[in-house]
Amino acid sequence: MTIEFETPKPIAQQQFVLKTVAQEMMRSQSREFDENEHEIPWSYIEFMHSAMKSVGGGSLAPKEEKAKEGGEQKEKRPPIGYQSLAAQIEMLAWGDVGFYLITPGGGLGAAAVQAAGSPEQKAKFLARFNDEKPTFAAMCMTEAGAGSDTSAIRARAILDEKTNEWVINGEKIFVTAGDKSFNVYEKLGKGFIVVWASIDPTAGRGGMRAFVVEAETPGVQVTKLEHKLGIRASDTAVISLVDARVPFENILGKPTVEKTTTGFKGAMATFDATRPLVAASGIGVARAALEFLKEKLTENGVEIRYGLPRNKLTSVEKDVIDMEIQLRSAWLLVLKAVWMADNKKSNALESSMSKVRAGDIVTKITQKAVEIMGPLGYSREFLLEKWFRDAKITDIYEGTGQINRLVVARQILGYSGSELR
Amino acid sequence: MYSFEPNEEQQMLIDAVGKYAANDLRPAAHDAEESRDLPKKLVDKGWELGVLQASTPEAYGGFGERSAVTSALAFEEMACGDLAGAYAVMTPSLFATPILLAGSEEQKKAYLPKVVEGAWAPYTAALIEYSFDFDANALKTSAKLEGGNYVLNGEKAFVPFAKDAEAMIVYANLDGKTQGFIVPKNSAGLSVADEREKLMGLNALPMYRVKFEDVKIPAENLLGGAAGHDFELILASMRVASASAAVGLAKASLDYAMNYAKERDVFGVKVAQKQAIAFMLAEMAIEIESMRLMTWEAAWKLDAQKEDAFTSAYLAFTGAADMAMMVADRGVQILGGHGYIREHPVEMYMRNGRGFAMLTGLAIV
Repeated sequence: MTIEFETPKPIAQQQFVLKTVAQEMMRSQSREFDENEHEIPWSYIEFMHSAMKSVGGGSLAPKEEKAKEGGEQKEKRPPIGYQSLAAQIEMLAWGDVGFYLITPGGGLGAAAVQAAGSPEQKAKFLARFNDEKPTFAAMCMTEAGAGSDTSAIRARAILDEKTNEWVINGEKIFVTAGDKSFNVYEKLGKGFIVVWASIDPTAGRGGMRAFVVEAETPGVQVTKLEHKLGIRASDTAVISLVDARVPFENILGKPTVEKTTTGFKGAMATFDATRPLVAASGIGVARAALEFLKEKLTENGVEIRYGLPRNKLTSVEKDVIDMEIQLRSAWLLVLKAVWMADNKKSNALESSMSKVRAGDIVTKITQKAVEIMGPLGYSREFLLEKWFRDAKITDIYEGTGQINRLVVARQILGYSGSELR
Repeated sequence: MYSFEPNEEQQMLIDAVGKYAANDLRPAAHDAEESRDLPKKLVDKGWELGVLQASTPEAYGGFGERSAVTSALAFEEMACGDLAGAYAVMTPSLFATPILLAGSEEQKKAYLPKVVEGAWAPYTAALIEYSFDFDANALKTSAKLEGGNYVLNGEKAFVPFAKDAEAMIVYANLDGKTQGFIVPKNSAGLSVADEREKLMGLNALPMYRVKFEDVKIPAENLLGGAAGHDFELILASMRVASASAAVGLAKASLDYAMNYAKERDVFGVKVAQKQAIAFMLAEMAIEIESMRLMTWEAAWKLDAQKEDAFTSAYLAFTGAADMAMMVADRGVQILGGHGYIREHPVEMYMRNGRGFAMLTGLAIV
């Protein structure tokens, strides 16, 4: 091993292409779909689907590297799947994070199947993302009374032994892409949602399981689309399940309860993998804001004098320099976390660190950028005010900054959940 | 490729330096600070670890190629033991590394073996000036070429081991640009103050004011020879050294506060079990890791001669200095009243930590 910071060539090339996508397909429509919440930017969805299909898979998930048959043995290169994915997400979010969130593909729903499903389940549920039409999947975990404290989940799944079906009841909120995953649109393939419910409320987290619920399953309904501070191009759904019947084999993980928390650990493992990716998406927004700010400052003749001692800098210079330090260091934390994932190193600590840091700094950077731009920062003529609104979600979804601080604290202190509540 | 793990050789150095820092430097730090006296034996032992020697090529008396990354890794470990001790051990590097980075072939051959081959000897450098608007790129100490000699005038502050220095590099303003000059011992017009600097922290490190009154040195003593050199490279390396030291100091503070918080009882639990404290510790750890990676990246860019290496070094330095202050402050806070008592080292970390932002020039590795 070594310490190195050279961007791998494939990532550099991919970023070059994605930047054009971000500018042409995302930025150009950002304002329109921010103002018209719940409208769907079809041109982006269709473009991304065909683009991803043409490079070998209808989603952003890291591709398994296939050995070429017949050809000469290539030198074994270190895996960069997650590193490449983090870079893609950062660039797409630099374009528009709301759009990024409705990039077709499996999203968190497929990630859950990937993390906790059997080979048969993976084959059955994940193949659809390579079909002709763009397809979505979503994760349904949060409930009105259960956010970071997922052990408070009330949704229930009971096995109907006569029909060999799970009967699920409950209400899920904050389901990203819930509408596109569950409702059927002419332009979309049939998706699914992954619903977390308890098969044994007396077992606490150990009784928690995830179920694949196909689109349009009777008894399931998208009852509301939220109106949000930002990321308005992304649909955030409330989904209610009333006596929803799901085939027995749609359960991810064991159908029986043991006195362990393995079922729940599946969900948590998903988050270890996705937290740095969420951090990456926030960092894309912050970079957009910082670049815009620096451009405007340059246009107005304000130069940032790097290299001067602190006490000689103007307040604006200090702010911009601090923003650059924050942005770069947060990105390096993300890179380290995904590099660990690629190299099969346990990264629960680093994942949460990157998420905490990103949540903090992207809100600070976008807030500061608006402040420095004065009335122009507040105007909807520029996207800056939108990025300020978009950025805030980074510190909230996929575990708030606070729950991730708790994860970090437990890890560095060596405390269990009961020792540090 | 991205990669975040020291190689085997680096890890061995980290381990060796880490052992010295924990077993030798740290236990001696308190008394050294209070008595303003760093045991010579302690410094010698640190010198024998060969951090500078390992980054000096064989042709000049060392046994390795210079790597800013390796040096930063080692220096972080050392500073985690004790900052004043780490500065003292690496003081000869203040003289040798600029020569290695910017010196002419003749200068490297003439000076480097003398510094690295033998025992620790007080070779040093003078950059800082005693002024609120001190800026390494706008020095008040001047150098003028007069009849084949450079003539230096001005006053420097915080020069480590100046009293006994065998030779020092003096940075001065030559036609608006900062340049380094090799100034031998006993140069006429050079005077070192009798009294040591009295500072808020770093009291174990002997530092002095040095005056230059028409100090004449031969023209060939301009670092890099007749054409001079790029001071930015030296400054960037100083900044990376400061940044890595800041990370080391912050880690020392976090470690101490964390151990304390896990022992200290409060309301029937350990104080670390309170979220108010646990969150502070988590934030300290995150800030430290952030700035460690910034420092590594800047060091790597220096080694790889990347175009934006100097900017990276500046950002890493600025960020790490702020981080060290924040972390050291929290370290004191977590110990509460005990943090304010000099029996615990966290108050010293706080005093030492405040120095990074203004004391560029105390280290280069």
